[in-house]
Amino acid sequence: MLTPAIQTANLEKTYAVGFWRKKPRVGLKPLSLEVQEGEVFGYLGPNGAGKTTTLKLLMGLVLPSGGSAHILGMEINDPRVKAQIGFLPEHPYFYDYLTARELLEYYAQLSGVAGKERAHRVEAVLERVGLPDVAGVQLRKFSKGMLQRVGIAQALVHNPRVVFLDEPMSGLDPMGRREVRDLIEGLRQEGKTVFFSTHILSDAEALCDRVAILNKGELRGVGAVAELTSTVHGKVEIIWVGATVPGALKSMGAECRLTGETGRALVGEESVDAAIDAIRNAHFRLVSVTPLRATLEDYFVQRLDARAEVAQ
Amino acid sequence: MSSRISAIASNTFREAVRDRVLYNLIAFALLMVGAALLVGQISIGIERIVLVNLGLTAVSLFGMVIAIFIGIGLVSKEIEKRTLYTMLSRPVRRWEFVLGKFCGLAGTLVVNTFFMAVGFFAALLYLAHGFQWSDTGLLVALYFIVLEFVILTAMALLFSSFSSPLLAAIFTFALFVIGSFSEDLRGFAAMAHGPTHWLTMMAAYLVPNFASLNVISSVAHGEPVASSLVLYNTVYAVLYASAALAGAVLIFDRRNLK
Repeated sequence: MLTPAIQTANLEKTYAVGFWRKKPRVGLKPLSLEVQEGEVFGYLGPNGAGKTTTLKLLMGLVLPSGGSAHILGMEINDPRVKAQIGFLPEHPYFYDYLTARELLEYYAQLSGVAGKERAHRVEAVLERVGLPDVAGVQLRKFSKGMLQRVGIAQALVHNPRVVFLDEPMSGLDPMGRREVRDLIEGLRQEGKTVFFSTHILSDAEALCDRVAILNKGELRGVGAVAELTSTVHGKVEIIWVGATVPGALKSMGAECRLTGETGRALVGEESVDAAIDAIRNAHFRLVSVTPLRATLEDYFVQRLDARAEVAQ
Repeated sequence: MSSRISAIASNTFREAVRDRVLYNLIAFALLMVGAALLVGQISIGIERIVLVNLGLTAVSLFGMVIAIFIGIGLVSKEIEKRTLYTMLSRPVRRWEFVLGKFCGLAGTLVVNTFFMAVGFFAALLYLAHGFQWSDTGLLVALYFIVLEFVILTAMALLFSSFSSPLLAAIFTFALFVIGSFSEDLRGFAAMAHGPTHWLTMMAAYLVPNFASLNVISSVAHGEPVASSLVLYNTVYAVLYASAALAGAVLIFDRRNLK
């Protein structure tokens, strides 16, 4: 069996807060997760869900309260692991007195890239993120979007096998987001493992092989996007030609809209037969009955709502 | 020294240079030029003593300010600005980071002291029209000042590893002042009795002994510095700075970077 690229077993973090540091605040409840090598894995959740805490635990920036984590089969504190991973923090900030080239050379050196190869790697990664023309400009003169690209470049400069990106699309304009998406797609084609956190579900849906959903420090679901969305009871769209909306349709709580003589209703899967009967009984012409595919957002909202209901 | 430590040290030095820390040399040069021109006119017969006292004290104070005000931000600024995240997610151990930062600032202070020493000796040459054999004592005094910076930098790093920059500055400066009067503290301990004696004695040995590193007045009067003192001060500075750095590493190693 292949060693997972990322593996956590009951990894958890509780912070001690308050003046006497006696109040516990849960950052992450015991998390057991596996990400296979070559996967693009989305780590989803609303703000404050514990995504960044998980990434900081995996990077060794905060110390776990319990459990364990392995990357490429090695303990996360093993320096050999660190040479194999790249990390883009959320809202990255870099030494602004350095130029982009100097920063990347510095980080490449810290990652153990040999002197001869270093310059080559730096130029290649600058080209990849589209910054070769401003490589000699100090970072204090860079815009937010350009800094994000530098952040991605520093995560890739040492050619890591596993790349961790914390909200990589955050603060980017549509073009910037598109470029980052293309970049992640490129990393997938190179066979790299990408673990990225986001709260932009459409990005995750477009890019990820699998996703995990986190809320209030707790894992709420994990699996392939198609697999997860198939568990959501979707809606069915019914279109008919008629002068009015049949009363029976309204009374069953369907979302109805009439445009000219064309009516459209959204009903649950369980109410489809009754809705069709209502349209026929009104002597209107049925045009189509189309099941709507559930999106990741539907699943996400369902998982969050389900938990809220249980809590109530 | 590992390549990672030297890379961090070089970057710390580069930061100091680009943040125009070495501009203090201009102020120092102006002070030396002014002193060389004025001292000759206002202190007849003791120009050399006055210039040596003024020059070496200025070297010490300029460096002290740099050691404290850069030293206190070495760790806390990296945490606050989150530059540490991309650093420690690489094969850099936390002790390597602390040691690299220390070496970088200590190196900056050595370079700064070197240029200040050049300015000081130029002013002395202008005033005295030549050097004497006893001037070698000035080099020893400068060496002791560098040792003072090494201890101060390590202290600032230690405080920076667990407190805010403001508190770290207050702690380090307070220790600098108390340490400069450590001989008086020992004298007070010798006179005291009971628990006061032991408490004062403990405090006197715990604070850095900057009084022993200050030979400015004696070298200004051309008195030789005993070689045993050079050895004692060197060993003392290395041990004291190492202990402070070890403390900084121990604290920083257990710190969550929220």
